[in-house]
Amino acid sequence: MSRAHPLAWAALGLGMVFLYGPILLLVVYSFNASRLVTVWAGFSTRWYAGLLDNGPLVESALVTLKVALASAGLATMLGTLAALALDGRRRFPGRPLLTGLVYAPMVMPEVITGLSLLLLFVGLGIPRGFWTIVIAHATFTLCFVAVVVQARLRHLDRSLLEAAADLGAAPVTVFRTVTLPLIAPAVIAGFLLAFTLSMDDLVIASFVSGPGATTLPMRLYSQVRLGVTPEINAISTLLIGAVSLAVLGASVLTARRGR
Amino acid sequence: MTTPAPPPATGRLRFEAISKRFDTHLAVDGVDLDLAPGAVFCLLGPSGCGKSTLLRLTAGFEEPSAGRILLDGQDLAGVPPHRRPVNMMFQSYALFPHRDVARNVAYGLEREALSRSEIAARVAEMLRLVQLEALSTRRPDQLSGGQRQRVALARALAKRPRVLLLDEPLGALDRALREETQAELRALQRRLGTTFVVVTHDPAEAMVLADRIGVMAAGRLVQVGPAAELYERPATRYVAGLLGDVNLIEGRLGEGGAGTLRSLDTPLGPLRAFDHHGAGAAGAPGLLALRPERLTLGSEGLPGTLLDATYLGEKILYRVGMADGRVLRASGAPGAGFSAGAPVHLAFAPEAASLLPAEPA
Amino acid sequence: MTGRLRESLRRLRLPAVPLLWLLAFFGLPFLVVVKISLSDPATALPPYTPVLDWDAGLAGWADVLAALDFENYRTLVADPLYLEAGLTSLAVALGATGLLVLVGYPIAYAMARAPKAWQPLLVALMVIPFWTSFLIRVYAWIAILKGDGLLNQALMALGLISKPVEILNTPAAVMIGVVYAYLPFMVLPLYAVLERLDRGLVEAARDLGASRLSAFRTVTLPLSLPGLVAGALLCVIPITGEFIIPDLLGGPDTLMLGRVLWSEFFSNRDWPLASAVAVVLLVIVAGPVVLFREAESRRLERP
Repeated sequence: MSRAHPLAWAALGLGMVFLYGPILLLVVYSFNASRLVTVWAGFSTRWYAGLLDNGPLVESALVTLKVALASAGLATMLGTLAALALDGRRRFPGRPLLTGLVYAPMVMPEVITGLSLLLLFVGLGIPRGFWTIVIAHATFTLCFVAVVVQARLRHLDRSLLEAAADLGAAPVTVFRTVTLPLIAPAVIAGFLLAFTLSMDDLVIASFVSGPGATTLPMRLYSQVRLGVTPEINAISTLLIGAVSLAVLGASVLTARRGR
Repeated sequence: MTTPAPPPATGRLRFEAISKRFDTHLAVDGVDLDLAPGAVFCLLGPSGCGKSTLLRLTAGFEEPSAGRILLDGQDLAGVPPHRRPVNMMFQSYALFPHRDVARNVAYGLEREALSRSEIAARVAEMLRLVQLEALSTRRPDQLSGGQRQRVALARALAKRPRVLLLDEPLGALDRALREETQAELRALQRRLGTTFVVVTHDPAEAMVLADRIGVMAAGRLVQVGPAAELYERPATRYVAGLLGDVNLIEGRLGEGGAGTLRSLDTPLGPLRAFDHHGAGAAGAPGLLALRPERLTLGSEGLPGTLLDATYLGEKILYRVGMADGRVLRASGAPGAGFSAGAPVHLAFAPEAASLLPAEPA
Repeated sequence: MTGRLRESLRRLRLPAVPLLWLLAFFGLPFLVVVKISLSDPATALPPYTPVLDWDAGLAGWADVLAALDFENYRTLVADPLYLEAGLTSLAVALGATGLLVLVGYPIAYAMARAPKAWQPLLVALMVIPFWTSFLIRVYAWIAILKGDGLLNQALMALGLISKPVEILNTPAAVMIGVVYAYLPFMVLPLYAVLERLDRGLVEAARDLGASRLSAFRTVTLPLSLPGLVAGALLCVIPITGEFIIPDLLGGPDTLMLGRVLWSEFFSNRDWPLASAVAVVLLVIVAGPVVLFREAESRRLERP
């Protein structure tokens, strides 16, 4: 019947090759014994072994994790609040403003967000470092949390909330006992999204970080500019592996829940 | 084409040994059917019985695994949906949400080399036909269920198809509207003379709409005939139960065959009934099917005890406990004064009862 | 009156925190950027004048206002380098988005028409790259595109070229990188629309005499337009200000605004000029951002 045209299937196949080919090559060459990254010289894990001895690298990985945890936590709270505020027909002064402020950061070029936050911090005399990165990341990731949670709220059966209220639950209790458990998967997904976006960010962090707060992408970037090396391939492979496991785990979890 | 019959001369649909297999599942199993032009044919059966697949095979959305479909003698094999002179009214109506009522109706006409004015004239005619002239600029989401149904009908009829396929055409309507719409649909078909093939799971709807009904179960066509024939002379226990309330009494078949009065040896004693379709050989298990309104309460016949009487307005429904413990249902005109607990007798004319094979169900 | 005020305040309880946060850290900073873009560079900390002195009161504000001028914007207009960077940004953003539509639509279409059981897997396959570091994914292309890289090796092995062609550090490399990095952003909104599209509508069109192509043109395409618009905006806006891709894959001649801003800020330490570039970039993307906001809020708030 209305199956896709063979050309569409070909496009899908080629698209997947296009998406995964470069990543796979990178992973393969992280196990290359040779320092020459485009010449295969046998299997080796020497580049991975070398990573742990790289003190600054390990340190910036830790900074990145801490920033991601703190900013994702903050973004999840703020984003969920924003989603609840924008849910349904709720009317309040400044609603269009909040809508705009929630969607705009999603697409705003990072250089603008980064520069403007930096200038704000400088203007207010806030010392730059760990917390300025956390604030910056929470600001741009809270929008993604809000969108994910809002999508879930839209599919929430209103009669469940009304039933809870009818059975004597005060609004706060309704939220705690019915709304929150039902939107929990979206809140968790939002947190994970905020976490990865924070881990991944180079541009904004470069603007707002200060001495002693160098994130992993910033350190990677300074090395990447010097050219392709097997060490970078090895770090990248570890990061890709961690993310793939997390995404797979999350999709298995949600699939089981959906059943 | 072959017979110079009065209009309609076209719209004769034939299925020859049609089967359709999806992977391992046989959705349609060897259906033979010849549909008269200009009549309404209803495919009746539960969901999953293959009736919708038969419709989709006709429209060209599926190709049969075996067999042929002929329209006015032309084999439809390999003809893509958009080249078939049949149109379908979809169960979901499938109205284009981005087009208003008039442009939905015009859609099929725009695919043909028709001039703008011709299209406009035909759309106006169709909207008049379904009484929607006033709503021609509305979008589908601004219409009620009944209005959407009429748009879907007008859109499918606009191309003047030789056969109109209707998939559960009234399924989305509420009960009152459904009954009203059934009558309208029937009247419209009479006026146009187009062959209608209607798929429905509702026996009452099939009885109202159809000239002939085909009952389907598990991919097979079980029995084909006018509503009265299916009701009075069911071929199987399934058909008997589908079209209305029925008493079934099991037993062993006596001598005889199709088209004769035979006896059935039952726990209530030997009973006589008509075997219309061949219930089986003598000695085989059989069933006697008897409509409640064919059973009369009186002083003669099978003895029993009146358990209760339910007043239903146009009739009274009696439940009678028989000697072997079974309960038979009989109905009669109100007024007869039987009271619960009274001994009664049940009688019926052998011609009013049918003999069926015990299996398959 | 006080009753209405109290009612307004009650309704603001929930939105107040995110609203204030976003105003403080997303809205307010733009005003600061505009102010700095009107300042002059200085070799001081912070490297611009005038600096607002919080203790100087109203007079201090007046002094600051008087010292602001459009000097940086005049520089931007006078130097063809900046005009070129702006045009390149626009050309790359629009060209890549067009390419993304051409590449992404068939993919999204095939995903939506795939057997229901496969679809979660296909979506996951589209999403995983999105979760994978952007920097790493762009970096992966350097090894492929460079002179002795895998693409050149492959092309030479196939006999298509006799000596390596220069791909890295060209606009073509930037285009490849952008299409690669933004493909999921185009495919996923399109898939979301196409997947929800009632297949009965296409069948109805076919039944009413439309060929496959004309059913696509008259039904599928118009009904997938919201997804197409969302995907295009989701791509065109950030690409305009893209920094990482032109920086790693583009040559010195692929100057884009994001890269100019970065180098004015980090290399030349000219904060006011960087701010002026940011304002220009903001003006360029403002229209699409508003459109995106409208489209998204309409899509999400529909009952």
